[in-house]
Amino acid sequence: MLAALLVMAGLAFALGAVLGYSALKFKVEGDPLVDRIDAILPQTQCGQCGYPGCKPYAQAIASGEADINQCPPGGEPGVKALADLLGVEPKPLNAEHGAPKPKSVAVIDENVCIGCTLCIQACPVDAILGSAKHMHTVIASECTGCELCVAPCPVDCISMQPIGEHVDNWKWRYPVFEIKQAA
Amino acid sequence: MISKIFKFNGGVHPPENKLESTGRPIQRLGIPGELVLPLRQHIGNLPKIRVQPGDQVLKGQLLAEAEGSISAAVHAPTSGMIVSIEDKLIPHPSGLPDMCITLKTDGEDRWIPHEPVDWRQRNPAELAASLRDSGIVGLGGAAFPTQIKLRPSGGSGVKTLIINGAECEPYITCDDMLMRERADEIVKGIEIAQHLLKADNCIVGIEDNKPEAEKAMRVACAGSASKIGVAVVPTLYPSGDARRLTALLTGIEVPSSKRSTDVGIQVFNVATMLAVYRYLEHGETVTSRIVTVTGNVGAPGNFEVLLGSSIEFLLAAAGGALPDTNGLIMGGPMMGFSLPSSKTPIIKATNCIIAGAPKLFPEPPPAMPCIRCARCADACPVNLQPQELYWYARGRNLEKAREYQLFDCIECGCCSYVCPSDIPLVQYYRFAKSEIIAQDKAKEAASLARERNDFRLARIEREKQERAQKHAQKAAGAKAEAGADDAKKAAIEAAMARAQAQKAEVTPQNTENLDLAVQAKIADIDARRAQTEAKAENKEEQQEN
Repeated sequence: MLAALLVMAGLAFALGAVLGYSALKFKVEGDPLVDRIDAILPQTQCGQCGYPGCKPYAQAIASGEADINQCPPGGEPGVKALADLLGVEPKPLNAEHGAPKPKSVAVIDENVCIGCTLCIQACPVDAILGSAKHMHTVIASECTGCELCVAPCPVDCISMQPIGEHVDNWKWRYPVFEIKQAA
Repeated sequence: MISKIFKFNGGVHPPENKLESTGRPIQRLGIPGELVLPLRQHIGNLPKIRVQPGDQVLKGQLLAEAEGSISAAVHAPTSGMIVSIEDKLIPHPSGLPDMCITLKTDGEDRWIPHEPVDWRQRNPAELAASLRDSGIVGLGGAAFPTQIKLRPSGGSGVKTLIINGAECEPYITCDDMLMRERADEIVKGIEIAQHLLKADNCIVGIEDNKPEAEKAMRVACAGSASKIGVAVVPTLYPSGDARRLTALLTGIEVPSSKRSTDVGIQVFNVATMLAVYRYLEHGETVTSRIVTVTGNVGAPGNFEVLLGSSIEFLLAAAGGALPDTNGLIMGGPMMGFSLPSSKTPIIKATNCIIAGAPKLFPEPPPAMPCIRCARCADACPVNLQPQELYWYARGRNLEKAREYQLFDCIECGCCSYVCPSDIPLVQYYRFAKSEIIAQDKAKEAASLARERNDFRLARIEREKQERAQKHAQKAAGAKAEAGADDAKKAAIEAAMARAQAQKAEVTPQNTENLDLAVQAKIADIDARRAQTEAKAENKEEQQEN
C-alpha cells in the first residue's frame, strides 16, 4: 500500500518536473495566433482597418477587439482565410473601411516634387527614396500601394497607378465555355 | 553499344502529319525589310539593351547582353539600322506586347569580325563562360539558356549525354530535316558538348518514324572520333520530353525534385548542338533557325529564317495560308498555343508554325462531365492523377492541386487527348499553375513588406533612443564644460555657420511657379515642422532636467 502510494507520488513529481521544465524551456514567445493572422493579412500597412498597420490589426483580431472584415486590400479571399483560421462564419467586407481596388503603385511626378520629405515619413515600408529639397522617387518593387503618401504631399505630385497586366504577371484564365443555342 | 530501349508509362499516338513538310529540302529564306527582335526569347531574366535607335549594326553584333545568371543575349540577325526599341506584339499565349528591338535591314548582310575558337585547347569552364555571349538557348522549344547546361559541374559530373532528336509532336519536322541535311555539323557540336561536360557516353535518341534522319546520324557518328551511339525509340508521344527520353534510353527516372544532372545526365536538342558548333567553330552567334511551316498552307516545308522575321513573311514563303485558315499555332498541335497575330516575329523558340483550319482541327465537342474513367491517368506519362488534378483545379482548391504534384505536369496534353468527355484538362492545369505562382509571388511580396515595416518601426525606436542619449550626453557635457575655452566655442560657432550656409545653398526645386494657396500650404507645413522640432527639443530637455 505504502509502496504504491510512493510510486504514484514519485511519478507525479517526476512528470510535474518534466512539464514544468518544458514549459520554461519551450516557451513560445509572443502570441502564435497573432502571427498566423498576420501571415494572412496582405501587409499593405495601409491602416484602412483603423489600426496603424497589419500587425496591430492582427493583434486586435486575436483579442476579439476587431472584426475580420475590415481589410479591403485582402478582399473577400482574405476574409475567408481569416474565417477559416478562426473558425467563424465569413462575412462580406465592411464598406466603412473602403472597397477593394486593383493593385497599384505610387508614382511621383518628378517635375512637380519639391523635395519636402513628407511622403518619405509617411511610407510604412521605406519605399520612397530622396532627401530634403531633392527630388524623391518610389521604389516600385517595394511599394505596397497603401496610398499613405498621397495625402501628405503639399503639391499633389503623387498618383496611384494600377499595375495592369503584362507578360510577366499574365495568368492563364479559368476555362469558360460559350453556351450555344442548339439548332 | 545501345542494348535496350526502356519504356515509360502512358503516352498517346496522335496522327503524325509529318510527311507533308518533309518533301523538300530546307529552304533558306532571304532578308525581310524589317526584323523585330523581342528581348523575351528565352526562359530567365530579360537581357540588357546595349544599342540605341539610330545605331548601325552588323550581323552578329550584340544588341542585348545576358543579365543575371539565367539569361541569354540577343544579336542582330543581319546588318542594318536600329529604328526603334519599344513594346510590340510578341509570340506569347497572352497576346500582350513586350519590349522589342526593331532592325531595319540594309540587305548587305555584313558580319562583324568573328573568329573561331580553338575549343580543343581551351579550358571547359572558360569555354562555357564564353557561351554566355552566344545567345544560344535550347532550340527544341523550351528556350533554356544553354550556357548554364554546358557548365562543367563540380562534384557530380555528367556521365551520359543524351541528344534529343525524337521530335515526337505531330506536324513538326524541323529537327528531322536538320538531322538529314546537317548530321556532320550536329555530331561536331556533340563532340564539343562531350568535351565541355567530360561525358563518356553519348546517345542520340530518334523516333522510328524518321529512318532517313537516323541513317544520316549513324553515318555521321561512325565518322566521329568520339563514341556516339544512335538509338531508335518507338514513336510514342511525348517521347521527346527530356525526362521521358532519359527514361527510354537509360531506364533512369529522374526524381521530380531533382535535375537530370543530379543523376549524371544532360539532355540537348540536336539543333542546339548545331548552334554550339557554329558558335565555337565559326564564331557565329544565333541569327537564324529552322522552322516548319505546315498545316493549311500552299507548300508546307522547312525554312531557315532570320530571327525576327515576321510569321507573315514565312507563311508567304510556304505558299501562303489557304483562304479557310482560321488561326495560327506556334509549336505543335498538342503543346503549342494560338498566335495573337501573323505580324508577330519568329523567335528562338519557334520550331513550327501551323496554319489551322476547321478541316484540320475541328472544333472540339462541348465538354461533358468527368465520368472518372481514369483513362487520363493511364495516358499520363508523368504518372500523375489527372482526374484528381482536374477536380482540384476546377474547384480552385489550389493547395490540394499542388499536393497532387501539379507542378510535375509537363502540359503534354495526353490526358485531354484521351478524355472521352472532351474536357480541356490542360487548360485547367495551366490556370491552376499560374494562379499558384501568382499567389506565391504575392506572399513573397507580403513578407518583404512585413520585414521592411518591422525594420522601419525598429529604426524609428532606435533613433528616438539615440536622440535621448545624445541629449543626455550634451546636458552632462554642458555642465562639465561650463568654463570651456573660447577657441573651442568659436570653432563650434564657425562649424554651425558653415552648416547654415550649406543648408541655405540647397534651393528646393519646382517651387518657382507655385500658386499662392500651395505656397501658403508649404509655409504652414514648414512652420509646423519648426514648431514640432522646437517642441521635441523642449520635451527632451525637460526630460533631462
